Amino acid sequence: MIYLNGKEHEDYGSLAELLEGNGYKRDKIAVEINGAIIKKSDYDKTAINSGDVIEVVSFVGGG
Amino acid sequence: MEDKLILNGHEFTSRFILGSGKYSLDLIKAAVENAGAQIITLALRRAAGGDVANILDYIPEGVTLLPNTSGARNADEAVRIARLARETGCGDFIKIEAIRDSKYLLPDNYETLKATEILAKEGFVVMPYMYPDLNFARDLQNAGAACIMPLGSPIGSNKGLCTKDFIQIIIDEVDLPVIVDAGIGRPSQACEAMEIGAAAVMANTAIATAGDVPAMASAFKKAIEAGRESYLAGFGNVVEKGARASSPLTGFLHN
Repeated sequence: MIYLNGKEHEDYGSLAELLEGNGYKRDKIAVEINGAIIKKSDYDKTAINSGDVIEVVSFVGGG
Repeated sequence: MEDKLILNGHEFTSRFILGSGKYSLDLIKAAVENAGAQIITLALRRAAGGDVANILDYIPEGVTLLPNTSGARNADEAVRIARLARETGCGDFIKIEAIRDSKYLLPDNYETLKATEILAKEGFVVMPYMYPDLNFARDLQNAGAACIMPLGSPIGSNKGLCTKDFIQIIIDEVDLPVIVDAGIGRPSQACEAMEIGAAAVMANTAIATAGDVPAMASAFKKAIEAGRESYLAGFGNVVEKGARASSPLTGFLHN
């Protein structure tokens, strides 16, 4: 089990799988795992471990 | 010489910073174009996956993105949002909001200063939203802020330049662009801010909640340009008592 954007979620083997599986567009997001920002260039070599807390964020309208 | 707004060496000819909150996405492009805005603010939130429309697809190319740290209650949270925002690939601009008062949404100047110090060192173009206080504005300048963003009145209130006299002090005393942010509800208020020497005006709610969004964006653009032009032109003197004739008093009828 992992925590993706505050919700429990099935395990993923890699960050790339998680992004692909949830339809996240890489050029429009930023990713944080257990409080550490993951560089875009590292998305394909980042593993996901059970218990990881993952935040995927993107822009919305705001002042 | 062309009149430019300069933020850490980045030059802009528009002095209208547009907020992107509370619009339907299909109105964003027209609002940006009618505003002539070259900078637009955004917020960072948890991403929805799948085929959800993304606001970035509605912002015209070439417009500088200014993420805000809305939602942050302290410096640590603001810094975290700023770093994440930069990692999306949107550039180095960041508008710092550190707010722990949920009723009036007034900025926490102390937390804002701490975040400014950290992010300026990391190479961000730091644009701090602040409560207009001269000493604090000087602190922000020393911390590396690219500008000062004092509030005119509470966020989203459309009440205008309630803090005018204190913003004026900052404009007079601090050698950084002063961008009036928050509370500007009408073009006349935006114009007034520019007349007293503000470098730019930021507005969101006034445009987003207008009856005709693109038309209001256009009206603000004209008001901001008029205010700037009149500030540069220099105002005539005010006569406190009595009057001063505009037409010659001699040369016909009585003498």
